[in-house]
Amino acid sequence: MSAGLEAGTYTSVELTNAHLDDIEQRNTQSNSFITIAREHALAQAKAADAQRANGDATPLTGIPIAHKDIFCTEGLLTTCGSKMLSNFNAPYNSTMVERLNAAGIVTVGKTNMDEFAMGSSNENSFFGPVTNPWDQSKVPGGSSGGSAAAVADGLVACATGTDTGGSIRQPAAFCGITGLKPTYGRISRYGMIAFASSLDQAGPMTRTAEDAGLMLSYMSGFDPRDSTSANREDDWLKAIAHNGIPKLDRPLTIGLPKEYFADLANADVIAAAQAELAKNGHTFREVSLPHTQAAIPTYYVLASAEASTNLSRYDGVRYGHRCENPTSLQDLYERSRSEGFGEEVKRRILTGTYTLSVGYFDAYYIKAQKIRRLISNDFNKVFEEVDLLMTPTSPTPAFGLNEHAQDPVAMYQQDLYTVPTSLAGLPALSMPCGFVNNLPIGMQLIGPAFREDTILAVAAQFQQITDWHQRHPGETA
Amino acid sequence: MTDQENTEINVTHLARLGRLAIPSSNHASTAQELQNIIAMIDAMQSVDTEGIEPLSHPLDSEQLLRADVVSETDSREAFQNNAPKTEDGYYLVPRVVD
Repeated sequence: MSAGLEAGTYTSVELTNAHLDDIEQRNTQSNSFITIAREHALAQAKAADAQRANGDATPLTGIPIAHKDIFCTEGLLTTCGSKMLSNFNAPYNSTMVERLNAAGIVTVGKTNMDEFAMGSSNENSFFGPVTNPWDQSKVPGGSSGGSAAAVADGLVACATGTDTGGSIRQPAAFCGITGLKPTYGRISRYGMIAFASSLDQAGPMTRTAEDAGLMLSYMSGFDPRDSTSANREDDWLKAIAHNGIPKLDRPLTIGLPKEYFADLANADVIAAAQAELAKNGHTFREVSLPHTQAAIPTYYVLASAEASTNLSRYDGVRYGHRCENPTSLQDLYERSRSEGFGEEVKRRILTGTYTLSVGYFDAYYIKAQKIRRLISNDFNKVFEEVDLLMTPTSPTPAFGLNEHAQDPVAMYQQDLYTVPTSLAGLPALSMPCGFVNNLPIGMQLIGPAFREDTILAVAAQFQQITDWHQRHPGETA
Repeated sequence: MTDQENTEINVTHLARLGRLAIPSSNHASTAQELQNIIAMIDAMQSVDTEGIEPLSHPLDSEQLLRADVVSETDSREAFQNNAPKTEDGYYLVPRVVD
């Protein structure tokens, strides 16, 4: 697409119009967009064409993309999938949006998501569920379900997502695309609506690892407005725009954590992917991450505690939903919040309130923080002997709409293979590596902190010798 | 089951702390749901954490500090465009003091 713009085969305005027509026509079925931003997009496309005519184009200039509706975008609704923010016009851009705008991208719309990013199926959206492009009766995964479905459906080449416990990687796996959760702190959280601040991390969702690397290079960077932003200079990251993602200079030792391979529905597919990687000379070693089983409870304690605190800002006073005819300030708070938040969000606020309350704080919150260190230590230890880890992204392929909706605890188990990495703040990528029952299966690569270069290099190698990432819904799998 | 019977989870108390209005007809089912979640969470109690320090930042980095100078401009009007009710630059709420 970038080459077509560069060669003058089409303009960004033409490309954007074609994308918008396609999205408007097909969104009625997939529901992957909450907002389609025609006017905004065409203005950006016009500016992008001018930028190119001036000789200032980047590889992203004029490319239509979509943002998860968790990123503040000036002049567009930013709902976070919630009734609470269904009328919220962000007065500023998130840093990540600002950076991509400076590179000349075109925002065609905002994608659907689980409310406040809480969910693994996109069924918790106030704006209704999203369907999986591979099978309309299945969920696309969540919480970045709209972004994953939009990319898989070919509505956009790239979309942004966020990942707190797997919200980029699991939907990427369910929809058969490439999704990268970078290291915690790599991309600024400023202007990204907070769920669990010590875990939240933005990242790219694309078809290829090459595109993920390119997006990452423009999305990331130090931001003094995010106090947890990583202040680093990585030469390989800056070079991506010109040289592509880095090549490996040696074969790697890849660890297979045994805790991730129990009771697997997709074991054959993962074994075949391993054989493909071995063709590039990489060797495999079984390793152990002994605290894996404790990750889900630990995550739900920490994430719910942080969420209950972060979501206290929605009070019906300064912005967001306000109830009719409040009789007192307390009534205004309680009814505005109860009407504005969906069931899962309220459940997590109550869970967080419980674990943070007097008498339980040490037994839950502090205990979970200690286990978090043990989980982090597990990873640090295995990265002394291996370069990367390879695992399935999710225990199963995409499940059915309504299959787990009535059982939150069963839904939480979906995140078993993605949550430990989030707790440790490490980078991880999911990419398609096969099919089970005509549904895509994701393989996850996990690296040491700030080593997205190694992850992307291995992913690109894999995508050179396989074509799973080029499969499209509707074609025979 | 009422709140009084369920000694573990007092929905009335939690809802008040979380500023949520939960109709009393839903208290029993809410308590049960929370009970299920807490039971799942309690699996972590078996992990031995003797002598382990809590981890709050995943990469253990230090808090960044900035110079104590004004870095934001006045955007009151832009922010108040999203407010449900304002007057003369103030946010309006129901009367608190009679």
